Amino acid sequence: MTAELPASARTEDEDLEPSTTLFTYLGPAVTLIGLVALWEVLVRWSGIPGWLLPTPTAIGEAMAEWRNELGWHFLITLYEVLAGFALSIVVSIPLAVAVVYSPFLQNTIYPILLALQSMPKVAIAPLLVLWIGFGALPKIVVVFLVCFFPIIVATASGLTAVPASLIDLIRSLSATPLQTFVKIRFPTAMPHIFVGLKIAITFAVIGAVIGEFVGSDAGLGYLILISTSQSRTPLAFGALLLLTIMSIVLYYAVEFVERLLVPWAPKN
Amino acid sequence: MSKIHIENLSKTYRSKRSRVTALEDVSLAIEQNEFVTLVGPSGCGKSTLLKIVGGLIRPSRGRLIYDGEPLLQPTRDVGIVFQEPVLLPWRATIDNVLLPAEILGLNLAQCRVRALELLKLVGLEGFESSYPRELSGGMQQRVALSRALIHNPSVLLMDEPFAALDAMTREELGFELMRIWDTHKKTVIFVTHNIVEAILLADRVVAMSPRPGRIAKIVKIDLPRPRTLDMEFTGEFKSYFDEIRAVIYSGGGAARP
Repeated sequence: MTAELPASARTEDEDLEPSTTLFTYLGPAVTLIGLVALWEVLVRWSGIPGWLLPTPTAIGEAMAEWRNELGWHFLITLYEVLAGFALSIVVSIPLAVAVVYSPFLQNTIYPILLALQSMPKVAIAPLLVLWIGFGALPKIVVVFLVCFFPIIVATASGLTAVPASLIDLIRSLSATPLQTFVKIRFPTAMPHIFVGLKIAITFAVIGAVIGEFVGSDAGLGYLILISTSQSRTPLAFGALLLLTIMSIVLYYAVEFVERLLVPWAPKN
Repeated sequence: MSKIHIENLSKTYRSKRSRVTALEDVSLAIEQNEFVTLVGPSGCGKSTLLKIVGGLIRPSRGRLIYDGEPLLQPTRDVGIVFQEPVLLPWRATIDNVLLPAEILGLNLAQCRVRALELLKLVGLEGFESSYPRELSGGMQQRVALSRALIHNPSVLLMDEPFAALDAMTREELGFELMRIWDTHKKTVIFVTHNIVEAILLADRVVAMSPRPGRIAKIVKIDLPRPRTLDMEFTGEFKSYFDEIRAVIYSGGGAARP
């Protein structure tokens, strides 16, 4: 018998393309540095006042000066984001399972979820402050509200993505519903769930800032609000930069967990 | 007594607006350890018939007698191979093969030994811990075949198992299947739309015609075993081919391709 070569062996020499990795990272880095430098030069040259548009160096100075406060507010926001995100995972995934397994729940819960999703979260936030007060909790609830929809939709679609012939195969073995769920459905849904999680985590930071804007005394959103009102624009930019970094790092953290838990997921 | 006895079987799919008769009045007796191929164009109900034999679809009318007993639900005595391997991407080869054993609650230590033997039999020794994405289409289908055999069923149901493979891999796997069938003694029902494949593999070819799906003719293939590729060019083979081709396309009024 002439055994075929495994796919991995066949593609090996095709992977030996000229090393592009350095160039792929270098290009964007140089562009970014160039844009920041251009920003610095243009602001200095045009004489735009610092409270309107600070230079990158002014932002850096403000961040160094306020590093303790920035760190503290960063942690507050991070806590709200992570707590709300965790809560949405804990609620959404079991709910998605229930919806997939029960046509009744599907017909009752889905319209409600859709209505909830259609409501602007910015509009709900003041009500949450009214009901739950000023602490971290209303922010966590806003984060939860923006996160749960993408997770539940992705999970539900993943749970139904099992190929028909695979269902036939396990049906021919008289598999129990629990076996089908544990061995087939849930692992099949995993890559889909992570698509939802990655969308949700980018919403989560926005949700926390919305919550902080509406009423709070801590967090990076609060800091932006306060510093702009006091014309400390470089500090507001510093907080904005930290929010961006938080969002990016959290996204890659989710992707890292995905690689650990779902190594078979298609690469994006 | 036949292994599988199909009596006046019909299957009609009803939707709100239409009724489609997938199978009409099909009768067929399949003997123990017989290799039967079902061949016909799409829409002739060959896959439906296979699923009914596997207990996956209930017939609208008629009976299916399996080992002398009417079959009303899926039986553990069949192994199934589909056109797509449908392996679980998160499981290594050996664990994919063991899936039916896990579901059936068999002794996993014994089954592991058996799985390794089966993988050796299909030429995948050394690939036990490879993942499906690391295997070619032909190798994946070999894993699927091992998975279908792990619980030692007496019947193997194959739904166009080699249709997605290239011509050479397809021939190779066909001969391997015959070798396995010869040593392990299984009753095989093999669905295909390829007449050459149907003749080369079968003891009997069941030629089906479409709209409604029914048996047009059953042709006994008297070519000696083991079969070889050269047989394809004999006059005997050609007369089987012409006979089957003629009945398949006369019944349903379908145009000849």
